Amino acid sequence: MSAGSRARAVAWIFFAATQTVAGAEIPLEERRSGYEFMSRDTRAMQDDDATNPGVFWVLDGEALWNRKAGAAGTACADCHGNARVSMKGVAARYPAWDAARRRPVNLEQRINMCRTERQKAAPLEHENRDLLALTAYVAHQSRGMPITIAPDKRTEPFLNAGRATFMRRQGQLNLACAQCHDERWGKKLAGTTIPQGHPTGYPLYRLEWQSLGSLQRRLRNCMIGIRAEPYPYGAMEFVELELYLMWRARGMKLETPAVRP
Amino acid sequence: MAGLRAILSAALAASLAGAMPGLAEGGAGSPAYGIVKDAIPVSLTGAAGNAARGRMLVLDRRVGLCLLCHSGPFPEERFQGTIGPDLSGIGARLSEGQIRLRIVEPARINTATIMPAYFRTEGLTRVAAAFRGKPILSAQQIEDIVAFLTGLRDESR
Repeated sequence: MSAGSRARAVAWIFFAATQTVAGAEIPLEERRSGYEFMSRDTRAMQDDDATNPGVFWVLDGEALWNRKAGAAGTACADCHGNARVSMKGVAARYPAWDAARRRPVNLEQRINMCRTERQKAAPLEHENRDLLALTAYVAHQSRGMPITIAPDKRTEPFLNAGRATFMRRQGQLNLACAQCHDERWGKKLAGTTIPQGHPTGYPLYRLEWQSLGSLQRRLRNCMIGIRAEPYPYGAMEFVELELYLMWRARGMKLETPAVRP
Repeated sequence: MAGLRAILSAALAASLAGAMPGLAEGGAGSPAYGIVKDAIPVSLTGAAGNAARGRMLVLDRRVGLCLLCHSGPFPEERFQGTIGPDLSGIGARLSEGQIRLRIVEPARINTATIMPAYFRTEGLTRVAAAFRGKPILSAQQIEDIVAFLTGLRDESR
């Protein structure tokens, strides 16, 4: 074996051995929402609807829910009625299986499908204020309810793909989600306590953003942090990861709109 | 039986030689470095680094990145990490070559480490375009940091 080919062979062994992490999942009873890692002030800001900035988006979402849109001239409320009744518990089940597309879709995608197929309106861009507002309004109807992701034969392959992504080392810094959020939560990354990474409050108001944002925006932030090429908004990898993260947080209570540092 | 043992031990030796080469390749176009036991005894650039520049790199959270995970004897620095060991006194605990290997290929010391290999460019996944094909730090930057850390001999913070 030449030195070059041996080095390549070694590099391959090293590659194969280091691209995923073992991934000991957090025991169910040890799981904690990011809320519990926050300062008293930030928790108080989330708890009081008079100070929670995310409530502005929820109120905008309520107005949009009742407003007619698109060529069909229909409002969400024309089909779904009172969201306080019809949307209760819905966000706790997303991402959910879409029979027509034969894949899970997240809440934003479901709202856009209603827009294009029922309202005959243009889909809203990711992180568009109206899309965030509608998503926040729908998810808010499940505040306080436990996440109820129950994988079945159809969704299991997607959930497993999301788990594999969570365990995969990526980027120039060669880090997997699991290395921080399963294995080192509670430790300090610079001055910040590493949370467990449960998506219990999305879309949420992040003080760093000075805005409401989606889970995919947050995931892109982490990917950019490890110097990885982030998946595009709406990518299948993100929906799979969302599905895995929601399953990982099963039973935990939704907080939308949450506030985070 | 003796013959089988000889074959097995030859195979084992070959696989060990394959898994633990004396020479490893650095980044594209960068010099190979030699690993001796738990150290890289020879400078990656062939010269000693500059400790003052190394200190600036260690404190720079966008270049060296060290303080994201480590704390150290830098009382003026807020928000230091607690993921890796404290760097205070590292020069008293480890030799220059041991420090160098821990920056270049930390997984040689601990396969479960979260610390990235600072001189690695190959076998990585989805590296962002701006960083593709580049190590986290250059050979010169690593030598500057090695020079600085080697001088951190006081265990108290």
